[in-house]
Amino acid sequence: MKKLAVLVVALLFVCLAVAVFAQEGQEIAAKTSLSPNVRPAVTIDTGDTAWVLFATALVMLMTPGLAFFYGGMVGRKNVLGVLMQCFIILCIISIQWVLFGYSLSFGPARGFWGGLQWAGLAGVGTTPYPDYAPTIPHQLFMAFQMMFAIITPALIIGAFAERMKFAAFVIFTILWATFVYDPVCRWVWGAGGWLKEMGVIDFAGGIVVHINAGIAALMTAIFIGKRNGGSKAILPHNLPFTILGTGLLWFGWFGFNAGSSLGANGLAVNAFVVTNTAGAAAGLTWACLDRIFNEKPTVLGTVTGAVGGLAAITPAAGYVGPFSAIIIGIVVSLLCYTAVSVLKPRLGYDDALDVFGVHCIGGIWGTMAAGLFASKAINPDGPNGLFFGNPKQFYVQLLAAAVTLAYSFIASFIIYKAIDLCIGVRVGEKEEIIGLDLTQHHEKAYTVLE
Amino acid sequence: MKLIIAIIQPDRLEAVKQELYKQEVFLITVNEVLGHGRQMGVAEVYRGTKEMGNLLRKIRLEIAVNEDFVEKTITAIVKGAQTGESGDGKIFVIDLVECVRIRTEERGHIAIG
Amino acid sequence: MKRFIAVLMLLSFIAVPAVMYAQAQTQPADARQQQAVQASDARQAPSKSDSGDTAWMIVATALVMLMTPGLAFFYGGMVGRKNVLGILMQCFTILCLISVQWVLYGYSLSFAPGKGFWGGLEWIGLAGVGAAPYPDYAPTISHQLFMVFQMMFAVITPALIVGAFAERMKFSAFVLFTLLWATFVYDPVCHWVWGVGGWLKDLGALDFAGGTVIHINAGIAALMTAIFIGKRKGVSNHTILPHNLPFTILGTALLWFGWFGFNAGSSLGANDVAVNAFIVTNTAAAAAGLSWAVIDWIFNKKPTMLGMATGAVGGLVAITPAAGFVSPVSAIIIGLCVSVFCYFAVSFIKPRLGYDDALDVFGVHCIGGIWGAVATGLFASKAVNPAGADGLFFGNPKQLLVQIIAVAVTVVYSFVASFIIYKVIDIVIKVRVQEKDEVIGLDLTQHHEKAYTVLE
Repeated sequence: MKKLAVLVVALLFVCLAVAVFAQEGQEIAAKTSLSPNVRPAVTIDTGDTAWVLFATALVMLMTPGLAFFYGGMVGRKNVLGVLMQCFIILCIISIQWVLFGYSLSFGPARGFWGGLQWAGLAGVGTTPYPDYAPTIPHQLFMAFQMMFAIITPALIIGAFAERMKFAAFVIFTILWATFVYDPVCRWVWGAGGWLKEMGVIDFAGGIVVHINAGIAALMTAIFIGKRNGGSKAILPHNLPFTILGTGLLWFGWFGFNAGSSLGANGLAVNAFVVTNTAGAAAGLTWACLDRIFNEKPTVLGTVTGAVGGLAAITPAAGYVGPFSAIIIGIVVSLLCYTAVSVLKPRLGYDDALDVFGVHCIGGIWGTMAAGLFASKAINPDGPNGLFFGNPKQFYVQLLAAAVTLAYSFIASFIIYKAIDLCIGVRVGEKEEIIGLDLTQHHEKAYTVLE
Repeated sequence: MKLIIAIIQPDRLEAVKQELYKQEVFLITVNEVLGHGRQMGVAEVYRGTKEMGNLLRKIRLEIAVNEDFVEKTITAIVKGAQTGESGDGKIFVIDLVECVRIRTEERGHIAIG
Repeated sequence: MKRFIAVLMLLSFIAVPAVMYAQAQTQPADARQQQAVQASDARQAPSKSDSGDTAWMIVATALVMLMTPGLAFFYGGMVGRKNVLGILMQCFTILCLISVQWVLYGYSLSFAPGKGFWGGLEWIGLAGVGAAPYPDYAPTISHQLFMVFQMMFAVITPALIVGAFAERMKFSAFVLFTLLWATFVYDPVCHWVWGVGGWLKDLGALDFAGGTVIHINAGIAALMTAIFIGKRKGVSNHTILPHNLPFTILGTALLWFGWFGFNAGSSLGANDVAVNAFIVTNTAAAAAGLSWAVIDWIFNKKPTMLGMATGAVGGLVAITPAAGFVSPVSAIIIGLCVSVFCYFAVSFIKPRLGYDDALDVFGVHCIGGIWGAVATGLFASKAVNPAGADGLFFGNPKQLLVQIIAVAVTVVYSFVASFIIYKVIDIVIKVRVQEKDEVIGLDLTQHHEKAYTVLE
């Protein structure tokens, strides 16, 4: 049965690819005949292209970075499970995005999705598409957005770490990307998306990426149930991996935020500066909180804070100044710390690696902060926030966050339940005890002898 | 004086510890070891090459006790480690010839407790 | 005897720069003249450094540099824990050694214009390789930047071979082998395929970022060493398990990341070809990783992490020669197929033939590279890159033939030349470590270090 399902999925992929390949011949012919007329209108800037190329590579590196961030925190018998989940997302969504994801998210049709006009990248050529990015090839914008679509579902895996069946996970990822990420992405960023038209600002994905993934994570954590071993915290098996992952995440986040200006310009520099500042301020704050409440500052706390700060500054990066970034960073650690150490134990859900507590809370605060601290002095194309005399922006931000929370929770829940009914989401108790590495992948991460 | 050596499943360690605490046995040494029992491991695959996982991770406990604690300790370990499946482990009890507390150089029964 | 050779090598290394320095003292006028000539050439085809192109190429060069440490971790995680430093050390030594070799004479042998076996010696010590662009190679970035970008390719190629003789090669023999291999195998093949006047280039062979020059070249040399150095001790009784798979995954991630510089950088500018190369690189790697996972799922009941990482690297290898010439959808097909070929090479052919290619350099890089070179001849399309050629599927069967010739020439030449180098070293100082040293591990016996402490 399982093999059949796998084969069907594989075949589907191949068929799609072949079908698209057949189409492509005509498309390319059309493109070449058109291009001489179109080219003079918009020009590719080599500097902008250079920066966005590099930014795209940086954002790609965040997914392995996240894999190590999470992988270090789980038990040693489950580390490959986490790495594998991150890597297969990198593979699956890369293909999904090329085949139809990009079209659903950014395609020109108006509605729930962007339509299938750009499926298989038909019509997505090297000519810039001015609605999105006037100075870089359209394909490059597509690739940059691809990396965002990859890391978002990867964030969720921290919630159901150490106990999800791999097959169920693969199906969940594909469906979630298609029915949750793609529509939300379209509403907030796609040309004609209804939240975008309403004036919501989300520079690099606080709503689309962090809130969206964080609330889905909460849903899965609640419904998949606690890990075996109950309330007792499972100790991180290799904290240096977590620190390495944080290092890669921080490094990659420069591409995430500063790349979202889609060019090597002043806005990119501002985003770069506030990203670093907010990450640092949040890391420091968490270390102080640890010092106050737990006697010693912990390294796991500090890096968690830094990631929270990076998540919080994401929606605001292109609209706020460095000083606001410090405030955003300090406040996010206060909020996330409360969510992780007070709220989670009270409510009793087992969000294994605190995806909700860090990404969702951080994302919500960042989205609100963008509505508070945004300033036309920083970005003339953006709006002013509440503190700069425009309370309406704040309401719009709240509304967008609320819509995303509600939609993502419900849609993720439906997907989750459907999969649970068909093949079961959770591994058997015995498999959980042995660990996902051996039971789901027939490998172990480390040898003990030799 | 007896030395109790127990080989148990890694995931039962926490339960065994709790049972031992209930019996007021606090002095234990824990090792991670590899072992081979009747239970078979999971086959591993590396780039298509299959490797039968024959050595499994186990936990080895060493507990030195005076005679009146021997049965309590054994009961506690069994209670904590028993699941009824093959691979639950073994308990060995060995006579202990001498015990010295390094700090005070006390010997014998006093040194154990 | 050994010391003597080491000293001799060192001396020759010192002598070369000394001579060059002396030359440089006497030559500046010549060099400047040369540059002036170049500049006037350049004026005909207006070539000035473009800041955007330069920015991208600097980053791309750094990305490719990161691939060698990435490869070190990719390999290092797969060997036993007593040999991990041996691997890391070999990769880092190559990074140091070839960086110097390239500046002293490697670049000149590979890229100086000329129709011979090597490019020639006119750019030795980077004489005449200045800031002015050299339009035959890259009209919009400085000639030195092109040089250093190519340097990183020359560094990673011998590093790929390391995986074949892992856990059993003597370090001194390895150093000699690397230096000679780079000089007598990499540099000529690089010249034939990419250098001005190279005969395979003139034949019309397409190799965007090094499928032939790098992957086939290194992969076949790896097969040769694996065959002649013999099996690892104990490998016929049991599999040697990877001692730290997360390191292998870290290495895969760094390789994938660096490969964007490798492929998209090979367009030598921040332009539409670079963007296309970037996308097909990512797409092919993803398709190949998925494809290997599915194969694992079918044949071994579960998808494995090591398998997926291997597949992804195979996909990256296969797309390398094709990156600038094929579309993203072709990349999916190239990626899906490469895992099938590599899987069969690694799990069926290798055990049958019985050579001990420890980390599957041949199975992944050579097979992947050959498929990529052939796939270029199939899927290349002028619609993607007008400067390229059409492949078989776009009505040009000749291209496929040219690709196969280039592959065959590289396979034969690299195998024979590597073999000669290997044999000479084996006769002079012995290539393999003693059995006792192999049992103790290379970390302790070759480097007097160990990677991990057991206590504290």
